[in-house]
Amino acid sequence: MIEVDLAHDFPGFALRVGFAAPSGITALFGPSGSGKSSVALALAGLLRPNRAVIRLGGRVLQDETTFLPPQARRIGVVFQDHRLFPHLTVKQNLDYARRFGTARGGAPLAEVADLLGLSALLDRGTADLSGGERARVAIGRALMSDPAALILDEPFAALDAPRRAEILPYLETLRDRYGLPMLLISHALGEVARLARTLVVLQAGKVAAFGRAEALLSDPSLVQIFGTGEAGALIAAVVGARAADGLTEVTTAGGPVFLAGALPVQGSAIRLRIRAQDVMLAVGQIGGISALNLLTAEVEALAPEGEAGMIVVLRLGEERLLARVTRRSADALGLAPGLRVQAILKTVALAGG
Amino acid sequence: MTDWLAPSDWQALILSLKVASLATLASLPFGIWIAWILARKSFPGHDILNGLVHLPLILPPVATGYLLLIAFGKHGWAGAFLHEHFGIVLAFRWTGAALAGAVMAFPLLVRAIRLAFEAVDPGLEAAAATLGAGRMTVFFSVSLPLALPGVLAGAVMGFAKAMGEFGATITFVANIPGQTQTLPTAIYTALAVPGGETQAARLVGISVLFAMLALILSEMLARRLAARIRGRR
Repeated sequence: MIEVDLAHDFPGFALRVGFAAPSGITALFGPSGSGKSSVALALAGLLRPNRAVIRLGGRVLQDETTFLPPQARRIGVVFQDHRLFPHLTVKQNLDYARRFGTARGGAPLAEVADLLGLSALLDRGTADLSGGERARVAIGRALMSDPAALILDEPFAALDAPRRAEILPYLETLRDRYGLPMLLISHALGEVARLARTLVVLQAGKVAAFGRAEALLSDPSLVQIFGTGEAGALIAAVVGARAADGLTEVTTAGGPVFLAGALPVQGSAIRLRIRAQDVMLAVGQIGGISALNLLTAEVEALAPEGEAGMIVVLRLGEERLLARVTRRSADALGLAPGLRVQAILKTVALAGG
Repeated sequence: MTDWLAPSDWQALILSLKVASLATLASLPFGIWIAWILARKSFPGHDILNGLVHLPLILPPVATGYLLLIAFGKHGWAGAFLHEHFGIVLAFRWTGAALAGAVMAFPLLVRAIRLAFEAVDPGLEAAAATLGAGRMTVFFSVSLPLALPGVLAGAVMGFAKAMGEFGATITFVANIPGQTQTLPTAIYTALAVPGGETQAARLVGISVLFAMLALILSEMLARRLAARIRGRR
């Protein structure tokens, strides 16, 4: 558990942030300039806020009388620019952290190297590593210092899409293997939705929302902060059987959804991310449509969005789905709370287990 | 070689090397420390410290030598203290020449090392701290290794300056053959003697040779170090 309550005044910018991150991945989400990185620096002890109470697992890192320096905090940081030591090899970078980690019983080098796919890189220098490799070395180095919590500061920002896809599974393994509280600083909603269980939404130095990822992602009042193109809900699903044509049936509270590509084994609980702009709505029975993924839902609420848009909150049993339609279609369909509709999903993304 | 150089020339050369080596080695740790402070710390008096370090560069060397004589002469406050407690006498000794060389070389040495420290990404130091490294460890395992080419450049500059130092040396320790007569003061003496031009030319030749050797050597070392530090492959 990371507990933070801090206040710091920058010239022309006031940071007032408080939250308590449980174990697992908590994402600190917000647009650039919202103060995310300053919170990360304050947690790591690299920025001394004017006022702060920071606790990690009950251990006080900072309060009115205490200020632990970074080296005493046991907070591993994976920096956006990775900050690998250029005069050391990959193995020496890991060993550097192990010097401090072994005293506390950190993970063995071979295990971390294996987990992050670094075994073949150990004797390489850091100069000619790819972006994805650098990120993995940085994660491994942070782990080797046996941290009590891990901060990942925009780990994807410096990476292109294939490299991001390369790193994500490693982070998922990390999350599942070690019970570390992890704080993911990010402004990429896709990755946040895929990895995080808890969300802290920052805007202009303040916490705009805090809570479970599923709840916040389906909150229509946050659509503007998430961005209309990216906003969308997370819904729970269970992997079913894979048909001969390559599609796998996945059961949700609103009915079956069919997904192509690699999925976890049958019976696994997964989460699906469905962006609001990828959901179309229909009233009554529809036929003759190529879309396979149709869910039955009930309209719960409507919220105007932008000049001509409307965010529709749909209920699927206990869960919520967001759809973005034009106000004109909402009027034409007569959308109102309580109405049963068909939600046509144009794209469904697997958001991790 | 021995008949090419007169014994007194040899004496001056060896003494110069001794003086410059001692001056460089003794002032290097202190210089690294001051350079680090100037590069990384902000505190009231930063500019004053910077000014003090650079003073020997701006002051006439003779003035520096005179100040050294006042402070470190037998009756000077520092000189009396060193003599009384450690039996060390600096004035009119080769060790005094080393002190004069060190003081004169200090600004150049510190400047080069400071630039090297300033070029080290503070982010790397911060990263080392988050891994659990204390300040001293960060300094010796990250900052200093990364600044090493600059430290080397500073040391070579300091060595060359200490070797060529004249004004402060002759004021503080005079020009005693075999004791305090270094290459520059030997050249000065040779030129003052009728018919001493050949000896002076020889000494100048040696000076040029050593200066070039030192520069080439340090360039080579610095290039290799810098390549290693820019990124290990």
